[in-house]
Amino acid sequence: MRYLKQFGIILGISFLGEILYHLIPLPIPASIYGIVLMFLALMTKTVVISDIQETSRFLLDIMPILFLPAAVGLLDSWPALRPVLLPVAVITVISTVAVMASAGLVTQGVIRRSKKGEEEDHG
Amino acid sequence: MAEFASTSLFFGMALSLAAYGVGVFLRSRWKFALFNPLLVAIVLVVAFLVGFHIDYATYMEGARYISYLLTPATVCLAVPLYQQFSLLKKNAKAVLLGIAAGVMASLTVILAMSVLFHLDHTMYVTLLPKSITTAIGIGVSGELGGIQSLTVVVIIITGVLGNIFAELICKVFRITDPIAQGVGIGTSTHAVGTARAMEMGEIQGAMSGLSIVVAGLMTVVLANLFAGFY
Repeated sequence: MRYLKQFGIILGISFLGEILYHLIPLPIPASIYGIVLMFLALMTKTVVISDIQETSRFLLDIMPILFLPAAVGLLDSWPALRPVLLPVAVITVISTVAVMASAGLVTQGVIRRSKKGEEEDHG
Repeated sequence: MAEFASTSLFFGMALSLAAYGVGVFLRSRWKFALFNPLLVAIVLVVAFLVGFHIDYATYMEGARYISYLLTPATVCLAVPLYQQFSLLKKNAKAVLLGIAAGVMASLTVILAMSVLFHLDHTMYVTLLPKSITTAIGIGVSGELGGIQSLTVVVIIITGVLGNIFAELICKVFRITDPIAQGVGIGTSTHAVGTARAMEMGEIQGAMSGLSIVVAGLMTVVLANLFAGFY
């Protein structure tokens, strides 16, 4: 029964996410509302980790394979990709480097600045 | 073969699990980054379907039940976010500003390069969520009218790039602070990059894991805005 309860909680929150998706006219996927609802439930202790522990670990564990059917859809979208294969590859590589560098450098800059500030306060 | 497959309910699912199993086996045997289990599974399933002249719709007959669990699994991303929340609070300013910078860089670079290469709107919104976790990215792509299958493949390849080049990129840009390394890797290359961050160190791994969901949520909001630009 334990797994049934855990799965029930997770499905219940997924369902609430779907309801919000239909009520709120924004292009935000139902699963995002679900993440926010689950996070709020955990923060307010409405749901505690032990209520969903094993089932959430299982679902997170198998997550990659859940994307497989969608990715195989590449078979049908290949005609759309083929003419732009090179630009898409270039964009993928360059944006990946740009994002890692900017996120890392900004984080590092803010950390160093606040450390320097602290030293000056103490100095 | 094609005829039998079209009448079988379990063909698509069995093929998917078997292909993924091969991917997991290859990864455990050789620590080669290109042997990402999902990437291997995609190649194997596509090759099998093409080889036996089975169309995508036939495969989906059984395989769609796998996708059914995607929303509940995505909802569970709240669990690691909750568990790492104290880490976020401790470095809130640096981490949030860093992730925001990364998300803006991602959207801006993709916008600029899509204009440069004259990509159409569909291809542009297909690429917009490419740096974030597949679970959130696939939803964003769908909502914006992108090609979801392509978004998934580009997201995975982005992750594999991060897994291979994370240390090199950090070195070239002189990102030496472990928190900054983690934020950079998680924001740009989600869970697949995070696997590499975990090998670099405990702080890198935790910060990277935390950045995945935060970057994903920020992208949901900002991608909608950016979709209107081109």
